[in-house]
Amino acid sequence: MIIALALITGPVACANDPKSSPTADMVKIAGGSYEAFFETTGDKTVRVKPFYLDTKAVTNAEYLEFVKANPKWSRSKVTRLYTDAGYLKHWKGDFEIGNPQIRNSPVTNVSWFAANAYSKWKGKRLPTMAEWEYAGRASFANDSRPVEEVILDWYSKPSQKTLPPVGSSLKNVLNVYDMHGLIWEWVSDFNGIVMGGDSRSNSAIQRDLFCASGSFSAADKEDYAAFMRFAFRGSLEARYSVNNLGFRCAMDAN
Amino acid sequence: MKLFLNCLLTLLFALLFGCTPRQKEGDYEKVVGYREAILTNAPEVPKSPGAKYPQKVIVKLEVVEKVMRLADGVDYNFWTFGSVVPGKFIRIREGDEVEFHLSNHPDSKLPHNIDLHAVTGPGGGAEASMTAPGHTTQFSFKAINSGLYIYHCATAPVGMHIANGMYGLIFVEPKEGLPPVDKEFYIMQSEFYTKEKFGRPGLSSFDMQKALDEKPEYVVFNGSVGAAMGDKAMKVNVGETVRLYVGNIGPNLISSFHVIGEIFDKVYIEGGDLINKNVQSTAIPAGGSAIIEFKCEVPGSLTLVDHSVFRAFNKGALAQIHVEGKENTRVFSGKQRDAVYLPEGSAVQSITDKRPEPPMAEKSMFERMEKGKILYENNCAACHQQNGEGLAGAFPPLAESDYLMKREDKGAGIVINGLSGKITVNGKEYDGVMPQMQLTDDEIASILTYVRNSWGNKGGLVNAAEVKAVRAGSK
Repeated sequence: MIIALALITGPVACANDPKSSPTADMVKIAGGSYEAFFETTGDKTVRVKPFYLDTKAVTNAEYLEFVKANPKWSRSKVTRLYTDAGYLKHWKGDFEIGNPQIRNSPVTNVSWFAANAYSKWKGKRLPTMAEWEYAGRASFANDSRPVEEVILDWYSKPSQKTLPPVGSSLKNVLNVYDMHGLIWEWVSDFNGIVMGGDSRSNSAIQRDLFCASGSFSAADKEDYAAFMRFAFRGSLEARYSVNNLGFRCAMDAN
Repeated sequence: MKLFLNCLLTLLFALLFGCTPRQKEGDYEKVVGYREAILTNAPEVPKSPGAKYPQKVIVKLEVVEKVMRLADGVDYNFWTFGSVVPGKFIRIREGDEVEFHLSNHPDSKLPHNIDLHAVTGPGGGAEASMTAPGHTTQFSFKAINSGLYIYHCATAPVGMHIANGMYGLIFVEPKEGLPPVDKEFYIMQSEFYTKEKFGRPGLSSFDMQKALDEKPEYVVFNGSVGAAMGDKAMKVNVGETVRLYVGNIGPNLISSFHVIGEIFDKVYIEGGDLINKNVQSTAIPAGGSAIIEFKCEVPGSLTLVDHSVFRAFNKGALAQIHVEGKENTRVFSGKQRDAVYLPEGSAVQSITDKRPEPPMAEKSMFERMEKGKILYENNCAACHQQNGEGLAGAFPPLAESDYLMKREDKGAGIVINGLSGKITVNGKEYDGVMPQMQLTDDEIASILTYVRNSWGNKGGLVNAAEVKAVRAGSK
């Protein structure tokens, strides 16, 4: 519903693949498949085509360039239809980040609409949930701990006053940084599982996810980290901005 | 001021409708006026709303993720309802229509929601209250059933949200109210599953494997070890009746709730209508509750425990109620007498004891000292102490004891026959009882050798034959 709204009325409607080439800060992820955390159709296998993914999340400095080039996305000009009141609230002004320490920290407090607009401006797009989950499954390059453990460690610590710069947490074997342990990240179809369909099976999934009772249809009931990502996505609407929520871009690889 | 106006408005409604028969709205009593719920932190309980009619009630609760004390020197990143663990106590009346506002602090890392067991409706409100960080949601429900209910976060993964502190109690008071009591308290039992061992200082973090294995490091009342102990104990006066609103969230364990030193006059079993009387311990399931009432007749400290008792003394499940006031010796006397107990059989020589004495081989000084030390510590040290100095006023010293050292039988007669009545040792009078010891002559010889050559005593070797002679002489 919300995605449909974006397609029809969004200021930068999500057009098909722009004919640009991947930038140096992207890495090609070979296609493949994985077992879905949630299965809705009876087929647990999720297939992912080859794609390019930003190695790091979009920073405040990078986002500032976008806002300068597109003043309608500045804090005072942006429409409430596409962002809530928390949009870029950690910045000093419309075109001013303020705190120099966060220039290279991931931009947060941006709505899905804003992240989508930035991606399009860059000739890129937001990764799909399948792409993000696929890239996020890769183990860490220099840390033998299981991915889930690193994620749970992140949750067990309170939010930092100042977000560290991008690239400061772990790199995985795909050469992608900060997939876990820095911020949450928007995906293009963040509400696909929870809000996507109108079939009964989809609404049943919603109950399974958020209700204390009932059985989970999850593939791995012990993958608490995955539960959290899905729960987090489920709590969002496309205009929401959240302190710990940013994004990175992706691109098709043809 | 706003509160005052609300009260005035409510009062006005009460006056308007107070003397007419109860009005109905569909199947339910008519809702009259509104109020904002007063929420309290454990162990406090809000006063009864005391309303004669159901009202619209506004409840506002804020979710905050914050580091707080779990035990002395131990911190934990709790997820909370209202910046406290357990969450705020909510008290409403049967029939009230609750407008629930759930806010999630902008600094939260996670979305949260609330499932109130008092809600009749999908998920207990969980879906309707799903709230992203920095947002507020609202839903409404009618409290159809009275009783004491748990509320908790039900965001996936539910177990982890509960294990991190997201729970509390909501009491839906029956429309006829509960009998008046003097004091009411809010007690919540819960477990914490930390990677670090119990009591290990520093910031502890959640251990999923221990949670799955149902092996908590901490089992606590009111959110931390010692939350209601010592200075923070609950306080009542002698003669007062107490009502405990007790919840157990688990997330895994069933509580064997007990109060040391009290009998529950009444238990509203599982927080419902059914009342049991004269109960010692009541089982409270994970995700369940009980309302407990008792009268405090005598002063002292009452200790609340989970009587699955290693949880109490090793994992933190302890709380206290201090009862102050005058003694009532008819109900409880305190210690009236403490005297040495002479059990039949063990310390007293048995009449039927016809053990043939094994042929005695006398031992060396060294051997007797070694054996004597062990025998002394097992048989004598409890009274005369390991250092032989006894206990002033109760047990006479053996160290440099004039009484012992001057005896011709070297003390053998006392060990064989026991001793009672007044004696003077080193100038001090003792009036106690020493039981006969059921020891062989050989054992007594070793003990006496040890006693007479330790702690400054110089008495030389005692042979078993000497002891035997004393025994023969005293028959």
